[in-house]
Order: sequence, then structure tokens, then C-alpha cells
Amino acid sequence: MKYTLSVLVENHPGVLSKVSGLFSRRGFNIDSLAVGITEDSNISRITIVADGDEYVIEQLEKQLNKVIPVIKVRTFAQDEFISCELSLIKVACPARQRLDIMKIAELMQARIVDVSVNTMTLQFADTIDRFETLIDLLKPYGIREIVRTGTVAIEKDSAVSRK
Amino acid sequence: MISGAEIMVKCLQEEGVEIVFGYPGAVICPFFDYLYRTDIKAILVRQEQNAAHAASGYARALSKVGVCVATSGPGALNLITGIATAYMDSIPMVAITGQVKSDQLGRDVFQEADITGACESFVKHSYLVKDTAELPRIFKEAFHIASTGRPGPVLIDVPVDIQQGTVEEFVYPEKVNIIGYKPSVQGHPMQVKRALERLKDARRPIICAGGGVLTSGAKLRLREFSKRTNIPVVSTMMGIGVMPSQDPLYVGMIGSHGIQAANRAIHDSDLIILCGARVGDRAVSAPDQIIDHTTVIHIDIDPAEIGKNMKTNIPIVGDMKNVLNQLLKGVDYTAPEEWTQQIAQWKRDFARIPAKFEGYVEPKSFLEKLSSMLRPKSILVADVGQNQIWCANSYRLSDGRFFTSGGMGTMGYSVPAAIGAKFARPGRDVVAVCGDGAFQMSMNELATIAQNGLNVKIIVMRNTVLGMVHELQDLFYESRYAVTELDDTPDFRQIAGAYGIESALVSDNEEAEKAAAAMLKSDKPFVLVCNVHPNTSSR
Repeated sequence: MKYTLSVLVENHPGVLSKVSGLFSRRGFNIDSLAVGITEDSNISRITIVADGDEYVIEQLEKQLNKVIPVIKVRTFAQDEFISCELSLIKVACPARQRLDIMKIAELMQARIVDVSVNTMTLQFADTIDRFETLIDLLKPYGIREIVRTGTVAIEKDSAVSRK
Repeated sequence: MISGAEIMVKCLQEEGVEIVFGYPGAVICPFFDYLYRTDIKAILVRQEQNAAHAASGYARALSKVGVCVATSGPGALNLITGIATAYMDSIPMVAITGQVKSDQLGRDVFQEADITGACESFVKHSYLVKDTAELPRIFKEAFHIASTGRPGPVLIDVPVDIQQGTVEEFVYPEKVNIIGYKPSVQGHPMQVKRALERLKDARRPIICAGGGVLTSGAKLRLREFSKRTNIPVVSTMMGIGVMPSQDPLYVGMIGSHGIQAANRAIHDSDLIILCGARVGDRAVSAPDQIIDHTTVIHIDIDPAEIGKNMKTNIPIVGDMKNVLNQLLKGVDYTAPEEWTQQIAQWKRDFARIPAKFEGYVEPKSFLEKLSSMLRPKSILVADVGQNQIWCANSYRLSDGRFFTSGGMGTMGYSVPAAIGAKFARPGRDVVAVCGDGAFQMSMNELATIAQNGLNVKIIVMRNTVLGMVHELQDLFYESRYAVTELDDTPDFRQIAGAYGIESALVSDNEEAEKAAAAMLKSDKPFVLVCNVHPNTSSR
């Protein structure tokens, strides 16, 4: 099962390697890891999507908590958070396909950020599910390159207040 | 103006450091140069790994942070095994390494090694210092982190220009403020209550004491708890010494190399109180078999240990001493006599009489005898291999201490750790027991012993093989002794003699006891070589 963890860390050099090194040495599998500064410039947030059972995730949480510059670890429960990922997708795009791809982009709400004679690059920020749909739609045209940032997630206040 | 090197030394003084174990090199020279002018002793070891082991022995003997120092590159790299050994056994330690100049970092200059990177998985925390002004805060934090919560090694890597750099003045911070590090020390009252509730129904309870009890200084409280409740105690290798060996409620060491009665007791129990024990694979090989018929209460300061190796019904996170106090306050329970009698019966039934070989020392009975010859509060440091198992199961102690590399199983640990322990406790008997394999890994430290006139006793169990693996080869490899024979083992008496250290060679128990008596009477270092038959088993 996939779990999304949100980890607040001190914003010092070397902290990321302490956190990321933990995964390989403890044998945890992660799908993605995204880092960025928070509203407080002394603190960064690492969002991790990891694969595992309850035992693995509990261990992961506990081991993360042991890393000294880790301030807080939170595993999001299902439906408790909004997640999204930014991706850049370069598709093969000769002139005759341009309209098709533009339509797909419009339909999926992807932004066209670059066009060349033979390619078109889309910028897409959405959930993983929607990303996969977009890829399915673009595949027949020939995908040249994909760049993904990894998932970022934030707690849904609406879900919390309903509880 | 004050230099970084001077600040480092002043920090050590602020932390009450009286001794460091180390080895110099160009980029740690500024630090050693200032240290030289103070009362802090700097002990030169003969290889950096042994500086870490000596700091470990010192830390264990005094329950105080041990400090080791090395230069950059190979010096720092040699420390790693010692640091990792301390990490596995939760020993409070600060390792200080010199580093090449900050502006040369990453350029692969002479003696440069990324030591903070290399040690990442073996340290509780590490620092690469980038600014001289940061030194006081970093040292304060390092000592705090090393000694609180679950203790462990902390590495401080200091580039030489940071040591040479200057700041206006030295101010040592009074407090540390690490937002992400607040180890909980009190057990949650609800969990303590739940544990006591569950205990009421137990018919066959057992306490499994690990190294955490000793680390927390909770030995006497655990003894009191066991006595008051009549609950028998087994220990892990790291927990040896928590109970007096001869206490009727003490069963013995558990595990693949433990005693049968202890394993039986833990296996047949209906409630286990794990105290500061991480249930390593050598202690409990198949925890799943036990948990389906027993209740597990796990007390540990490190939440990550709870549930890691064994499923737990009632977790209590906290410092062992505090949690035991909490338990003692509320406990009203006595374990049934039938259970303790059953265990006593197993102890009798499963007792083994060691096989003797004519013309050789039988190590188990000798070690048992040796225990009675040592003064109270003696420290025995066992190395790794068969000698470790012999010591673990045959060294009898009440107020004494037993040190060994439990988690990492680092050969060569005993001699340097005994050196550290002796510096910490000069008034106590300190005996290192090792095999001829392990001894050859750190016998260069005889030089350190000689140079400091250090009254450390070394017992070498000389069986001319790497006994533990040799035994394994008998069991699983049809006695093909691949690379385990120490033929032409050197004459250890001559080696001791070369350092001006007295020695004896003995070939039966009577001789061994006589030599040990003479050895313990003298106030000089001594190497006692015991000829042991290569087929003597570890059990």
C-alpha cells in the first residue's frame, strides 16, 4: 500500500542526505521524495510517498523521528490530504498532430510551455491518477521525455473540520 | 581573540572531559597543541580504531561520554569500526576528527575523506563544522545528544582552517535547543497502569533485562522489582550484570549462545517484560514463535526499538530508571512459586559439565574460578568469539561489570576497551579476556599499556584456531577448516616481553588459577596465556 508522509526538518545543509540515506540503509522503498522550504525559512518539508505495510510505515516513521534534525513526522490518512505533482512532458509533435495534442492538453488542463517543429512540451500539475490518464492519452503520439517532481501533499482542513 | 582549536579544548573542559584517546595528524594538530597545554590527558593509542574502543570502555565504566580524536582521511576512517561498535551498543561517545581545509573539501586532496558521509549510518548525529563561531553550540549539542535518550556516538568533523580561525570570545551555551530532539523520559502513566493490570493475571512472568538497564543506571531498581514481585530474570548479553549471577531469581543469558534454562523460561512464559532490550536476532531467533502465547510489555527509551523485532502488546517509552520507579510505585503482585521452582528445576536439569582435555585449560571452569578471585566491582571485558560466550556464561558477578562488543561483535575490542576502563576506574581490577585471534587484532595496544604503566590484565585463550568459526565449520561445513587455523601462532610471552610486560603460559586449570592469583596480586600489567584445546566448544 502507498503511504504519504510529511516530514518537517531543520533547513540545514546535509539534512536531506541524513533522511534519504535512511531509506536505503533500512531497506525502505520509496516512490518519490520532494523537498522545499516552508512558510518558516528555517524549516523545510519533505514529502515522501512510500510503499509498504503498516509495520514498514511505523518503522519508517520511528526511524525518521530518530534523525536529530527531523522535527515532525506525519503519515497522512486516506482522504485527509490533497496531493499533487508537477510534471513536464515532451511529446513528439509534427505539424499534423499539433491540434490533437492541443485538444488533449485543453481537456486535461495541461499548459503548453514549449513548441518546436517536432515536439511540444506540456506542464501538468495534478494528482498521480490524472497524470497517468494524461500519459495514456499522449502515449500514441510518442513521449520523448518526462520530468516529475514527486508528490507534494497538504492536509485538507475541510476533512479535519468535518470530523 | 580566541582560536577554534582553543575553543574545542575549552568546550571539552566545560563538559568535564578529563581524558581523550587519539592519534594525531597534520589537520588535527591545532587541537592537540592546545590540549597539550591543559590538564586533559591525551592518550596515544596505536591505531585509531582502538581510540574509539578505549573511549567506549571508558564511557561504560564511568557512565560518562568517552572522547576519541583522529586526524582526517585514514585516521578518521580507522575510527569507523569503533564508532559503529559503540553505536550498536548505545555507548555515549564524541568522536572528533580533523578535516582538510574547508575550501579544499571535495577536491580529493591529501588525506581527505568524507567522514560525516561515511559514518552516517553509524552515528546518532554528526557535524561538519563550517564556521569557527559555531563550535561552542555544536560541542554542547554533541555531548547532549551523545549522553541523553538512547546514548550513542556523535561525530564532529573540524576542518583545520576552522581550528585555526578566530572569534572575539568564547561563550559556552548554557542550554541546548534542538527542536527535533526531546527524548521522553517518563513512561506514559496509562501504559504503566495497563502493564500492571496485565501483570496481575500472569502465571509465568519473566523479565528480560538488556543493556538499557545498565545504561540507565537502573540495575538496583530492577533487582528490587524482581525481588518484590518474585519474577525471574533472564538477560541478553548486553544485560549481563543487571542481576547478580548467583541470585536465585536470575536464570542466565538467553539466545543462541545462552543457556537452555533461560531460553526455556522465556519460551514458556505467559508474560515478558522486556527492559531495555532490543531483542536482537542472537537473543531471540524466532520472536514470532513466542508472541502467540505470551503478552509482551516492552520498555525502552527508543520508540523505534519497540515493535521492531518483536510484536508488543504494551509499549512503554521512557527511561528505564523512571519507568521502573513508576512500576514499583504501583505494583502489587507476586509470581507463583510453582513457576520459579520450575525454572530452578530447569536450571538443574540443563546444567552442563564442560568436557576437559588433558594438558589444556578448560576455559569455562577457569573463568568461573577467576570470578571468585576478582575483587568486588571488577570489570571484565570479553572479546568476540568463543571467549565471549565462555565469559558470558561463566563469569560470575554481583557488583562487577561485564563489557563486550555485543551488537557489532567486533574482534579486538577487549584490550583497548580494557585500557579505557582502567583509565576510568584505576582502583578496580580490569581484565580483558580474548582469544588468540582477537588478541592479534589489537595486541599493538600493549605499547599503550606499557607506555602508561597501566595495570590491565589480559587473558589470552590460545587455541590456535579462530574458534567460533572453526566450530561453525564443524557443524555446517564438514570440518573443512577454511582459513581458520592460526598455525605458527606467535609466542605471546615473547611479544609481551618485548613490551616489558610480564606474562605466563599455562596448560591446565590448576596452573591457570595459580598464575591468575599471582597476576591479580601484582600491580603491573600482565598477559596470561592459556593453552586451550581447539575442540573446546563454546557451549
